[in-house]
Amino acid sequence: MPYDEALERFDPVLGLETHVELGTASKMFCGCPTEFGAAPNTQVCPVCLALPGSLPVANAEAIESTIRIGLALNCSIAEWCRFARKNYFYPDMPKNYQISQYDEPLCTDGYLDVVVDGRTVRIEIERVHLEEDTGKSTHVGGATGRIHGADYSIVDYNRAGIPLVEIVTKPIAGTDAMAPEVARAYATELREVMRSLGVSDVRMEEGSMRCDVNVSLMPRGSAEWGTRTETKNVNSLRSVERAVRGEIERQAAILADGGRIIQETRHFHEDTGRTTSGRSKEEAQDYRYFPEPDLLPIAPDRDWVASLKAALPELPSVRRARLKQEWGVSDLDMEAMHNADAIDLVEATVAAGAPAADARKWWMGELARRANEAGTALAELPITPGDVARVTELVASGALNDKLARQVLEGVLAGEGTPDDVVEKRGLQIVNDEGELSAIIDKVLADNSDAADKVRSGKVAAVGALVGGVMKASRGKADAARARELILEKLGVS
Amino acid sequence: MTELLRKTAAELGELIAGREVSAAEVAQAHLDRIAEVEPKVNAFLHVNAETVLAQARAVDERIARGERLGPLAGVPVAHKDVFTTKDMPTTAGSKILEGWIPPYDATVTSRLREAGLVILGKTNLDEFAMGSSTENSAYGPTHNPWDLSRIPGGSSGGASAAVAAYEAPLSTGTDTGGSIRQPAAVTGIVGMKPTYGGSSRYGVIAFASSLDTPGPFARNVLDAALLHEAFSGHDVMDSTSIHAEVPAVVEAARQADIAGLRVGVVKEFGGEGYQPGVLARFREAVDLLESLGAKVVEVSCPSFAYALPAYYLIAPSECSSNLARFDAMRYGLRVGDDGTRSAEEVMALTRAAGFGPEVKRRIMLGTYALSSGYYDAYYGQAQKVRTLISRDFDAAFHQVDVLVSPTTPTTAFPIGERADDPMAMYLADLCTIPTNLAGNAAISVPCGLADEDGLPVGLQIMAPVLGDDRCYRVGAAVERALEDRWGGPLLAKAPAL
Repeated sequence: MPYDEALERFDPVLGLETHVELGTASKMFCGCPTEFGAAPNTQVCPVCLALPGSLPVANAEAIESTIRIGLALNCSIAEWCRFARKNYFYPDMPKNYQISQYDEPLCTDGYLDVVVDGRTVRIEIERVHLEEDTGKSTHVGGATGRIHGADYSIVDYNRAGIPLVEIVTKPIAGTDAMAPEVARAYATELREVMRSLGVSDVRMEEGSMRCDVNVSLMPRGSAEWGTRTETKNVNSLRSVERAVRGEIERQAAILADGGRIIQETRHFHEDTGRTTSGRSKEEAQDYRYFPEPDLLPIAPDRDWVASLKAALPELPSVRRARLKQEWGVSDLDMEAMHNADAIDLVEATVAAGAPAADARKWWMGELARRANEAGTALAELPITPGDVARVTELVASGALNDKLARQVLEGVLAGEGTPDDVVEKRGLQIVNDEGELSAIIDKVLADNSDAADKVRSGKVAAVGALVGGVMKASRGKADAARARELILEKLGVS
Repeated sequence: MTELLRKTAAELGELIAGREVSAAEVAQAHLDRIAEVEPKVNAFLHVNAETVLAQARAVDERIARGERLGPLAGVPVAHKDVFTTKDMPTTAGSKILEGWIPPYDATVTSRLREAGLVILGKTNLDEFAMGSSTENSAYGPTHNPWDLSRIPGGSSGGASAAVAAYEAPLSTGTDTGGSIRQPAAVTGIVGMKPTYGGSSRYGVIAFASSLDTPGPFARNVLDAALLHEAFSGHDVMDSTSIHAEVPAVVEAARQADIAGLRVGVVKEFGGEGYQPGVLARFREAVDLLESLGAKVVEVSCPSFAYALPAYYLIAPSECSSNLARFDAMRYGLRVGDDGTRSAEEVMALTRAAGFGPEVKRRIMLGTYALSSGYYDAYYGQAQKVRTLISRDFDAAFHQVDVLVSPTTPTTAFPIGERADDPMAMYLADLCTIPTNLAGNAAISVPCGLADEDGLPVGLQIMAPVLGDDRCYRVGAAVERALEDRWGGPLLAKAPAL
């Protein structure tokens, strides 16, 4: 069903469960390193392989990071809580239970405000808890890439035991047609909070931040929530938005046909933007949670929690409010920079000496266009904020005009060196040498005697063609205003 | 039997340190004894004479170089096959781990090595330490040296039999519901369950994490204390290990002075189900304590009546989760992996073939007790009982310094007698389980032979958390007085093998 029609008939309710891998040096319950991309099964030990007799020891830094996340999300921090075992069999989980938290999470009842189309939406956080990641299965053969139907499966346990924080929202209702954007804005904001805390590299493409998106629909005017689905495998911010949209459309079509939504896990497909059915949750799995007897309860000292709170860095929303003021930009400009992931870049360019307006102009204009063409993120462009600041400086000094500046940027992106290198190599300096300019003008006047005569006879408007000729002859390097002055002077009409 | 075998561990340690005898000679004497009696006893699952002699020679060399080693350097020890050892297979008595050689040593193992003890081999046990007779071992039962037709206790039955049969002066065990004290009692030796967290569980193949406690076996109280001291103390690899000094157990075993000590007799232990000969020896032991200057009172611990059912909810619950890792994916047995079956089917077939009936029974019990809708009624309720039992102990230790009881209601029963009756089997741990639930310390020391069958009876001495030294002080006093009365150790009365 088309999105607009779906929204006319149904009210979407969202829920987001986000997993964030913490960037601690060692795993959650052992001393193994956590670097991404090592050869399979090289970052393992008796503990994270669950060899008989091995025991977990909790990573204190991971507990501290989780508490800081909870504080940044305005949560209450438990005075006493425990880890719990979540029991289920799966080959990528070495113990066949996951050490997680159940009814005693570290952090509860917080919120995160996000801005969509200038409107602030408060996302309530139900809980933030700490657990361990599983290993990574690769299912070889078969059509689906999933365990059923695979010829065989291989497991890499390097990821097993990496500390994982799960952040669960309360149901988010009343966002109407904005639901997909709200979901994306939440994931974006959450990612920035994590970055500002320095607790994770939050790379969705590497799986260090993963979003599960719950969607249900209720008919307009109804007070009863519909059956929800949980969509996994959502690996980018854009996918978060698409997954919500796609699921709203799919569910609306089923409901409109008098069908029933099955409570299930669904998988998002990046290529089609659609979801397909996964494991049914109709028969709820019994995880047989019980308190983890191998670990002691966590009882964070109140003074310590207070000191962690006091030492929190400036959070992204506060920072944006400050920068908006400092840069003198509008809410919408700020939101645009935020959505384009340009705030850090603009700030660094300003720090390198550029005026805020110029920094914003280049990043959100020419460079955004180039990034879009290349299908890459702004921050991935091979140009530094220092380079951009230098270009604005060259323009301000009159050494470059905007057209030349764009060529300089193109050169830097093409790997031709610094802006100064590009100016030098491509010979892009504006012609400031009066003698050289004068010689060019003389040649242009000689070649265009008709136009020159018109000017001489008082038709000053005809000077435009002559200036154009000078610009062409100088291959754009001439200062057009100065050329005009000189032409008029030479023709005796100044 | 050579004289070396009759020596205490303390004596052997001194002789080796003084180079009056080499560790290699001591090891060889024990290897010869093992070769002689193992066909009858079956205490060991694994012995490698070469490895043993290499360890012993290494100790001799260290001593020759003038290194100062601990008091047990060069003394042989039999190691329960539930501790991981990187140079020996570790099976936990289960088919599912047959042939598995761990890549790492348990903390207890590495501390034994550091102290210069010579590990003779790995001893038999009930599969995954679940049982009271060692009949649940996948590798056949161990026989009680006092009467080969009887059980040596369990789960550490190989450990108790090895020491009682003079195959080793010392052995290690683990005690989850009585698995050290009950085997010690029925084989006439000393067995100690330390305070929970006083000895590291790292590398102990888990049965029930909140209960499992490594501890020592020996033929006398001082030797047990020396071994206790050698492997105990805080371990960063075990989060539940206690940050505290090891109680002065060796000093306490040497003092053996109990004048003025307040002793409580637990009222709830005795009466129906207890063998008369056991109760008779127990009463004599209480009288003996009084004659040695202790003040004896009767103490009531009413919640102890619920200890057994609470234990049989908590221990199976934890084991159902702990044993989930045996899934054929990374180590151990793998059944049915013929390229046509799913991982799930291979897991199920492997577990069906690899686990014995008692292990399966407990996994099912625990799975049920933890399941949604039953958790509160079973696991949750059992945890409340556990709290009540701890309170009973707290109240009792307000009145007295130690509590005493028979270690087991009966002497060693015949092999096969209770094999088909789990409830009867579970009763063997009636008196030992409360201590596991509360996490405090308890020892079993021999207190004579039951009149009706001539088999050993154990006296259990329970002390508060971290009061391990009291167990040794009282145990040593009883031992000294009784050995005076008997004219030597009780074990001297055991028939020759």
